[in-house]
Amino acid sequence: MRITRRYWAIALVIMIVIAAAVPGANIAYADDDDLETAMRLFAANSFSETITAIDHIVSSGAPHAIAIIDALGDRRLFVAENDRSVVYRDVDGALRDCRRGEVVTNPPAALTALRINNRVRSAIAAARGALSLFDPDPQRRREAAAAVFAARDPTALPAIESALAREKDSGIADVLKLARAGIVIAKADAPVETRIEAIEVLKDHGGRDALAILGSLSPETVEPVRKAAETAISTIESRLALWSTAQNLWYGISLGSVLLLAAIGLAITFGVMGVINMAHGEMVMLGAYTTFVVQEVIRTSAPGVFDYSLAFAIPLAFLVAGSVGVGIERGVIRLLYGRALETLLATWGISLILQQAVRTIFGPTNREVGTPGFMAGTFHIGELAITWNRLYIVIFAAVIFIGLLLTLRFTSFGLNVRAVTQNRRMAGSMGIATNRIDALTFGLGSGVAGLAGVALSQIDNVSPNLGQSYIIDSFLVVVFGGVGNLWGTLVGALSLGVANKLLEPYAGAVLGKILLLVLIILFIQKRPRGLFALKGRAVEA
Amino acid sequence: MRKDLLGSLLKGAIGLAALAFTASIPSHAQDTIKVGVLHSLSGTMAISETTLKDVMLMLIEEQNKKGGLLGKKLEAVVVDPASNWPLFAEKARELITQHKVAAVFGCWTSVSRKSVLPVFKELNNILFYPVQYEGEESERNVFYTGAAPNQQAIPAVDYLMSEEGGKVERWVLAGTDYVYPRTTNKILEAYLLAKGVKKEDILINYTPFGHSDWQSIVAEIKKFGSAGKKTAVVSTINGDANVPFYKELANQGIKATDIPVVAFSVGEEELAGIDTKDLVGHLAAWNYFQSVDGPTNAQFIAKWKEFTKNPKRVTNDPMEAHYIGFNMWVKAVESAGTTDPDKVIDALPGIEVPNLTGGVSKMLPNHHITKPVMIGEIRDDGQFDVVWQTEGLVPGDAWSDFLDGSKDLDADWVEKKCGNFNTKTGQCGGV
Repeated sequence: MRITRRYWAIALVIMIVIAAAVPGANIAYADDDDLETAMRLFAANSFSETITAIDHIVSSGAPHAIAIIDALGDRRLFVAENDRSVVYRDVDGALRDCRRGEVVTNPPAALTALRINNRVRSAIAAARGALSLFDPDPQRRREAAAAVFAARDPTALPAIESALAREKDSGIADVLKLARAGIVIAKADAPVETRIEAIEVLKDHGGRDALAILGSLSPETVEPVRKAAETAISTIESRLALWSTAQNLWYGISLGSVLLLAAIGLAITFGVMGVINMAHGEMVMLGAYTTFVVQEVIRTSAPGVFDYSLAFAIPLAFLVAGSVGVGIERGVIRLLYGRALETLLATWGISLILQQAVRTIFGPTNREVGTPGFMAGTFHIGELAITWNRLYIVIFAAVIFIGLLLTLRFTSFGLNVRAVTQNRRMAGSMGIATNRIDALTFGLGSGVAGLAGVALSQIDNVSPNLGQSYIIDSFLVVVFGGVGNLWGTLVGALSLGVANKLLEPYAGAVLGKILLLVLIILFIQKRPRGLFALKGRAVEA
Repeated sequence: MRKDLLGSLLKGAIGLAALAFTASIPSHAQDTIKVGVLHSLSGTMAISETTLKDVMLMLIEEQNKKGGLLGKKLEAVVVDPASNWPLFAEKARELITQHKVAAVFGCWTSVSRKSVLPVFKELNNILFYPVQYEGEESERNVFYTGAAPNQQAIPAVDYLMSEEGGKVERWVLAGTDYVYPRTTNKILEAYLLAKGVKKEDILINYTPFGHSDWQSIVAEIKKFGSAGKKTAVVSTINGDANVPFYKELANQGIKATDIPVVAFSVGEEELAGIDTKDLVGHLAAWNYFQSVDGPTNAQFIAKWKEFTKNPKRVTNDPMEAHYIGFNMWVKAVESAGTTDPDKVIDALPGIEVPNLTGGVSKMLPNHHITKPVMIGEIRDDGQFDVVWQTEGLVPGDAWSDFLDGSKDLDADWVEKKCGNFNTKTGQCGGV
């Protein structure tokens, strides 16, 4: 059969290339017909014929086969309108013909890019894997092994075997063994011992992908194999159950860190100063929009430093949100100290004005904030999957928390803040400019909210409504943790986050949230001043 | 003194806000026909609805350039219901009684539509509703130009079950917790069970509005998808919750080739806020995509970019629904020779106008329209590639054939003059 043959063809070509890699030597094409057929199929530009064409490209063993497959995946493969010939644009932008991979001297005028869908994309991934199993670059071989493992194409077995025999890198060999196991396990004509051995390999690997393969075994499989698979499934599942508790804890911590970021600015303005600032969420939003503007400027003027865009955004967001905060304090809140209800209404009005202002300037739709390369993706500790952006946010929240704590504890500004909030009149008579301290404290709280906006722009919408969705959670955290205490905010945020994530798998997201609110109401009944209540005269002041 | 200053400040702020919110255009003489535009320009839904207000203004401007309607100029009356459902009803009343509009184009969420229904019935006016919805409704005063479930949800599931769509056997129905996702998922579940999908192969998950932490739900989807059967997610997640959902999908490395997500509420506009590099191949089902080739669509897109003075603005499905609805209304008014709602309502069924994807949509007696159904895959530039579409146009079905109590109902405002005619009992009036 043709399809089985193609993997032998690749192995053969690779051998020839490796054995006789004389520079400038003309390599014989293993199968010219395959390329012809592939081009004819490509010209039809229909999904199922493109998939058959991919098979032919792979079995042709042509040296530029991988270039064609890559081009198809990136939509750089075209059919000429006039003569239905197939050409591709290489990575440098030159147009080459599919036949020989040579540069086309007089390119056709009208070109249609080949359409692809998910099925074609899967076929491309499998073909790319098959073509690079023997690649000299270990990184490409590793990707190829993973692709072959994911594709589980039984016809690839001979190629996997010969790749495995040649592989020196033990890490890649392990993936190849997994790939072999994944295919052998479903092979009805393989000896029972080999299949059970394959099950063992998958069992030791564990994880969701192994589970999927074991689960896909057909019910007609012979008794001993099926039994072994069932035991393997339950072993993996019990192992995963343990990890999933750890995973939920991590989700809880990461949600807690987001809550902490959103609430910590409020812990200063509400907790320390006693101002109910309904516009707090909008400070977060301003921080997120600052990130957007910074990225836009970098995209247009210096795309090279895009990965560092957040480093520019962090100080700017602090300054923007902080100065707006100082403005609000000087313009409105200053006039309303001691009148909680009026402050609430006025700041709520400000929040609406800020939202509408942003909507007018940036439009009502979401804005795209990019994720720097180092923050994308996931890494694994055992079965625990941790996404980089969440990890960075946890670290960022911790740094801000410690920074604030140190500022309030060890700087003269922090001393003044504490003095003013504990006893305003006494502080005033000691020569502290209480007005100035009020403005700066409010600015600090708002600035920290702006920093939260930089972090939230990485995981949430950057839209005028961004702030609204966090304001209630923020108040919840501050009140639950105990007004006037940063440690309370930390413990409050983390316990709310973890409780939420532990409840969610059992109660669902909607009911989980309701349950949590009920629990907090009950808690506040018992301890109206929250987890860490301030004691002494400061409370009465 | 201080109090006075504050008072005037507050008053000023309120005045400013009021100015920004109700941007109604001053009325001229009696020689204009007024058209109401009832879309939220502030609050949570502003993100989607503001665009529809703009497209209405553009369509009215175009019509006026062509000489207006019945020899009169059209005039848009824009009000802002501020994503506040009861306010929708108040603003609808204001449009009809104070501004005396001939028809209203508006609403996005089903709850806002339900809130204005009594007003339109009582004051006998016309509402054009441009958004895909859960069905199970047909009112004399409402014309539904968005998709009914059989024009979006059912074909999308059929596609995923087919060879081309990847032969999906296991389904996650994920939605925001409100009427549209709940009803759609009920219909879909009944449909899947009827197609022989086992109960344990369906996972239904609801999340609150604006849900932003998707870590555990995406992990659960991953877990559900590792049972050895091809799994897909059918998403009726609405509005702001989509961006963090897709970001989490990308972060946890769920590719469209592993577990495809087909969405019913994510279009070009929603994708504008996301980096789609990692989302390539995830799907959406609509009746229109900006990427569809054709002269009418190209012309519409060019006009839209010119009108908004923004070469990056995108078009989407509900905009096309307004385009169709507005042209149908214009045609009906012309054939009735008047804007009198009763006459226009009677004139509308049977009206045919070209849609933007090369077909001709027709208003049906059940006040729904015929539309093509398309499945698009997300591209890395935030646009969609149409990978499948129905042969012809699909007539919208108000009452689902897959729900008990609804499958015997029929809507016909031409012959039977009834929105819920029971074919079993032969009577108008539902179950």
